[in-house]
Amino acid sequence: MELLAYGDTGWGDELFFATLMTVAVAITAIFIGFLLAAIFASFKLSNTRILNLIGSFYTTVFRGVPELLVIYLFFFGSSGAVMYVAKIFGYDGYIEVNAFLTGAISIGIISGAYSTEVFRGAVQAINRGQFEASEVLGLKKKIYYYKVIIPQMLRLALPNISNVWQITLKDTSLISVTGLVEIMRQSYIAAGSTRDPLFFYSFAAVLYLFLTFLSLKLFNNLEKHYSKGH
Amino acid sequence: MDLMIESFPRLLDATILTIELTLLSLFFGVFVGVFFAVLRTSNIKILCCISYYYSYIFRGTPLLVQIFIIYFGFGQVEWLRESFLWIIFKEPYSCAIIAFTLNTGAYTSEILRSAFETIQKGVLEAAYGLGLNKIHVFFKIKLPIVVKQSLPAYGNEMILMLKGTSLASTVTLLDLTGVAKHIISTTFRPVEVFIVAGSIYLLMTFIIHNFVKILEKKLDYSK
Repeated sequence: MELLAYGDTGWGDELFFATLMTVAVAITAIFIGFLLAAIFASFKLSNTRILNLIGSFYTTVFRGVPELLVIYLFFFGSSGAVMYVAKIFGYDGYIEVNAFLTGAISIGIISGAYSTEVFRGAVQAINRGQFEASEVLGLKKKIYYYKVIIPQMLRLALPNISNVWQITLKDTSLISVTGLVEIMRQSYIAAGSTRDPLFFYSFAAVLYLFLTFLSLKLFNNLEKHYSKGH
Repeated sequence: MDLMIESFPRLLDATILTIELTLLSLFFGVFVGVFFAVLRTSNIKILCCISYYYSYIFRGTPLLVQIFIIYFGFGQVEWLRESFLWIIFKEPYSCAIIAFTLNTGAYTSEILRSAFETIQKGVLEAAYGLGLNKIHVFFKIKLPIVVKQSLPAYGNEMILMLKGTSLASTVTLLDLTGVAKHIISTTFRPVEVFIVAGSIYLLMTFIIHNFVKILEKKLDYSK
């Protein structure tokens, strides 16, 4: 138990901050994902063929290729890409891109591919009459989207968003390969210096279970709240 | 472009290991899944509980943690190192397969459980009424219905497992992702390698997807 002491003697504080880091990366990633999903879901739902194709390409590639491979692409690719741009502006040094940002973006892009399908499905599940009614009422496009479609879509999408969140949360463990100190990386460091991998990896598993348990409770409450009157 | 052509044979070689890991894990995973799904539907509470917590733990934690516990963690257990089981647990290959099997087994058991629950009571009553015994009912009535019901969800699980095998590269195995990473870290040209390795993965997902679709059509007795 002294291994988990808070302070200099144990790993309690390190693991606590690592857990916060995991949560921070996961939240950033899922919001990046939502942003991408809003764009690509509208692509998939549009009547333009080329936009449909772009949307399908995005979801097929990022749901069909392993997460780890995508992370390697961004991990090794991002500083190269940034340095290339910097070179155009006359800067010649080595630039390292922040590990948090690389991780959040790569997980965000994967999470976005799943969210796109969720959003698309939810919009399609809305009763057709709603679209027709708002057209007849002559609502402006902005009001039509923000007051009619999106609120209904979010309620329908909530159970699946919960699933995407669980996937995203677990995927963040893969960012440890880039050196970002989240739960997995911290456990790896602790396991290495104490020679007690069984304890620390098991404890990491407990931390993840705690996070997934907590978020499941939260989403269940949200679902209950938003399905009032249905 | 040169790098893409050059790395293609090496990546293709590594694909064999990826396919091997996927097929073996899925094969063992089905048995684990059926076993725990049957436990879950049993009337004995303790068995039901065991199955519930098994799938809860393996679905609630990342696959990476599971592999690390089995590969790095179990090496620390004294009696395991001295027993004959050490032959299995010292190899990254078998550790990866054990982790993947247990992981996919948990998901499979959930898929099968929900399929078992869709079986209508009347069907079972009719079967027992005809005088079939329990074993017959399980293999001739329940299982065919469950297989058909769970096929679409299981197709997704197969694809998830294929992607999951990429984690074998974290325990020193040189599967498709492992080799891709090695080439990327020596050439620093991630985009080209990603395109080649990614296309191989996509081709495999495409094959699985269509294979399941054809199977679904074959099993659709209603038409």
